[in-house]
Amino acid sequence: MTAVDLPAPRRSSLDVVLRARELGIVLALVLLVAVTTISNPRFVSGQSIRDILLGTAILAVLAVGQAVVVITRNIDLSVGSVLGLSAFTVGTLLQNNNLPVLPVLLAGAGVGVVCGAVNGVLVRYGNVPALVVTLGTLYVFRGITYFWAGGSQINADELPAAFLDFGTATLVGVPYLVLLAVLVLVVTGVVLRNYRMGRELYAMGSSPQAARLAGIAVGRRTVGAFVVSGALAGLAGVLFAARFGTIDAAAGTGYELNVVAAVVVGGVAVFGGSGTVWGAALGALLLTTIGSALAVLEINQFWQQAIVGGLILLAIGADRLVAVRVAAGLKKRGSHVS
Amino acid sequence: MSSRKPQLVAALAVAALALTACGGGTTKSDTAAGNTPETVSAGTKADPNAPLKEGLKIAYLPKQLNNPYTDVEVGGGKVAVEEIKGEYKLVGPNDASASSQVSYINTLIQQQQDVIVVAANDPNAVCPSLNQARKAGIKVVTFDSDAAKTCRDAFINQASTQGIGESLVKMASELAGGAGEIAILSATPNATNQNSWIKVMQTELAKPENSKLKLVKIAYGNDDDQKSFTEAQGLLQSYPNLKVIVSPTTVGIAAASRYVSASSYKGKVAITGLGLPNQMRQYVKDGTVKKFALWNPADIGYLAAYAGAAMSSGQITGAEGEKFKAGKLGEYTIGADGEIVLGPPTEFTAANIDQFDF
Amino acid sequence: MSAELTVTRTARLANWNVAIIAITVLVLIVAAATVDSFGTSRNFGFLVLDLLPIALVALPMTLVIVTGEIDLSVASSLGLSSAVMGYLWNANQPIETIIPLCLLLGAVLGAVNGFFVTFLGLPSLAVTIGTLALYRGLAFVVLGDSAVADFPALYTDWVTGTIGGTPIPNVLIVIVVLAVVFGVVLHATPVGRAVFAVGASEQAARFAGLRPGRLKFWLYVASGLVAGLAGVLWTLRYSSARADNGAGLELAVVAAVLLGGVSIFGGRGALPGVIAGVVLLGALQNALRLSDVSNEALNVVTGVLLIVSVLAPNLARSVLQRRRT
Repeated sequence: MTAVDLPAPRRSSLDVVLRARELGIVLALVLLVAVTTISNPRFVSGQSIRDILLGTAILAVLAVGQAVVVITRNIDLSVGSVLGLSAFTVGTLLQNNNLPVLPVLLAGAGVGVVCGAVNGVLVRYGNVPALVVTLGTLYVFRGITYFWAGGSQINADELPAAFLDFGTATLVGVPYLVLLAVLVLVVTGVVLRNYRMGRELYAMGSSPQAARLAGIAVGRRTVGAFVVSGALAGLAGVLFAARFGTIDAAAGTGYELNVVAAVVVGGVAVFGGSGTVWGAALGALLLTTIGSALAVLEINQFWQQAIVGGLILLAIGADRLVAVRVAAGLKKRGSHVS
Repeated sequence: MSSRKPQLVAALAVAALALTACGGGTTKSDTAAGNTPETVSAGTKADPNAPLKEGLKIAYLPKQLNNPYTDVEVGGGKVAVEEIKGEYKLVGPNDASASSQVSYINTLIQQQQDVIVVAANDPNAVCPSLNQARKAGIKVVTFDSDAAKTCRDAFINQASTQGIGESLVKMASELAGGAGEIAILSATPNATNQNSWIKVMQTELAKPENSKLKLVKIAYGNDDDQKSFTEAQGLLQSYPNLKVIVSPTTVGIAAASRYVSASSYKGKVAITGLGLPNQMRQYVKDGTVKKFALWNPADIGYLAAYAGAAMSSGQITGAEGEKFKAGKLGEYTIGADGEIVLGPPTEFTAANIDQFDF
Repeated sequence: MSAELTVTRTARLANWNVAIIAITVLVLIVAAATVDSFGTSRNFGFLVLDLLPIALVALPMTLVIVTGEIDLSVASSLGLSSAVMGYLWNANQPIETIIPLCLLLGAVLGAVNGFFVTFLGLPSLAVTIGTLALYRGLAFVVLGDSAVADFPALYTDWVTGTIGGTPIPNVLIVIVVLAVVFGVVLHATPVGRAVFAVGASEQAARFAGLRPGRLKFWLYVASGLVAGLAGVLWTLRYSSARADNGAGLELAVVAAVLLGGVSIFGGRGALPGVIAGVVLLGALQNALRLSDVSNEALNVVTGVLLIVSVLAPNLARSVLQRRRT
């Protein structure tokens, strides 16, 4: 195939490369913010930053889940539809009930877990490629939401005030939604990096056969990755409901593209085995910031999608160059890379 | 990769260009004159006394399904179709795209409907299909968003620009007690609808009977909830004597009401404009808002059904000046280009707001 | 590859091809018998026009997927072709120049994909998701959210018209000609054998003296070219050039190709099956719409069919294997 198989994650050289990769996004981000701020200082005002972070929170939660799946050399295209189904479920639950926030978050994530499990089981036990399964469930989950909603829409005035407050309230100036996204990011990041379970996902992505030979429960881990992605998409659905207050069956339509873009821009290789959730979250932040910056710079909003596309190509091109360099470097040192 | 390939492509391109450059070709300005749109004539003359036919098949095709506002519109249509003992049908795409609407129009032709009531997603893309429908004897009535004039029989216009501007000033004047400072909280600075209404308002305010009303500021909330909220706040800080904020956009009026209802200005400043009853209900009930307006979406669908039925029964052909009866809404006259204006917008107050659900 | 393996593989493929064609014919017969006005000649015309873009784009897509790659940018190439067509028409260019230019544009867009995938060796899924956004974005940059209409009636009438007095739509000629071309190339020429060889094992193909990179590059060019053509036909059919034309079509195309029995991993597939897949999806959609079944049901049916088309043969195989052992 086209991708150079990266060596199994070794600290040292590879870590340096990956860190450089994330540094690249940070630099791009700093540059973007600097240029925009010079043209309009209000871009770094508290409100504007809060808006960007709120926008990022939902995308970042989705991107973290997607990164977990992509690292195992799979993909989950159904996340937008899962978000919609979860948001509508949560909206319906809250419509005439004043439930506390925590069970609502769990309910949303629960919807996601079920959807993710369906994806995972079909991929693992049905032996159907992830692209096909999640393309199919993209249609199916969305269809179910439309069926259920049947044209109805849930308005902010039908939701309990406590829930809407959760969408806007802040802790020392930082919105709860953002804190929640950071929590998700840190937990997933630490598990992927420092725990056996996490490292096994990378091993599976690098080489499924080798992982199986090494005694990794590839099947269970695959289902697990999809369940995580589903759960986080479900959680994102709750965040969506809290932030926007108005929910219809079309909530989150087309999000899958942004999420995959964020993950790829964030340096997670589409063929698995490399990348971090930190990178994915940074990718989400960069994409959201570009959107706001274009508005502030009064650049035609139509450019946004084209820029995102160009950025994806740039990111995978850069990754490829780095990968070739690393592979060449390792070969030179006569390392074990086959 | 061999290096011949780009040259090959270039050569093909040049060849293609050369081929066409010699032949002259058809350009837009060539066809502008010759491309006369086909007109489908009704054929028969209108007979105002023809009875309304029963059992007419009337199909609604909104821009997209699953939109609460649209649901209310077509709900009104359903009531009317039942009143005239017709067969009601609702179809439509989940995405507001013209191409899927075309497929639905084709389906409706196949099903031999008598009337298609459509809100066009693209005024031209639906045209060929609508004309095919009209050739097959189906009457086409547009609402919400008109199709090109050559491919429909009538258009239900929700309200005239003049009517909306007048009623906004009327409400502001009543709420201000005929005198005092008023401000407008609009959508974006270049919003077409809002700007044309504001223009009518300014003409109205220049009239002697409104001479005591003073428009101090037009603010723009960009149809963004947060921005509208802060703009409302800014207006009240800058103009302490403000009596009325008029917001001719549903986002603006809701945001301004939310701010005022939770502030010390409640009861001192009146909010009015165009709003959705469901969004405004709580502010009407807590006294922040005395009255606001909007056309009744249900009436749009209702009127469309009667217009389509009258046409299908031969009472009217869609020509200017023809009159027909539209059930509880009374008699309507067709205007220029087949336009039928619904009438002045409905005013909502604490007394009637619970009768509306949209 | 042992001879025995080849035989079973061909047999399995033939089975699925026969199955999908049989299912399609069955659906057509049932629909004609039970759904009012499904079998009319006018409905046939509508059906062909509705599945025109999917049918066209699915042809090169089949070849691309058989080589083990994918092209998700096709619908955006269609949209950009349509937007440029509108832009040039507004700029008062002759339509006879615009159409070849739009086809050329499609080919160039495909070449860009091919360049990234073969020259730089990037994963096609990521590349074409990138160009999906890029090309659609450019379409909006070119035309904004406006629509261009008033294309010459001579051309729009041809696209929506039928051959002489028959109920056969003109565009069916385009579909049939291209289907024959792609079918012959894939199943009866050395190029087609190379496509299968590359899809089965790129390394083996390279050792056998084939040039997978060059082959894939030209398949992407073909894919772009056909998408450009589909954009022109789309614009003429609706006589409306818009930047959002064809948005989301890539999913339907991939669904139809996979439904037609092409393996997403490459190396396996046949064009008749794909055409059956396209017709099956189109006919189901048409028949359900005529029976007033909602759009939602259609989405669910499409999704389930897509998964089942891959799942069913897998399950059947594992059951057979279990019985044998």
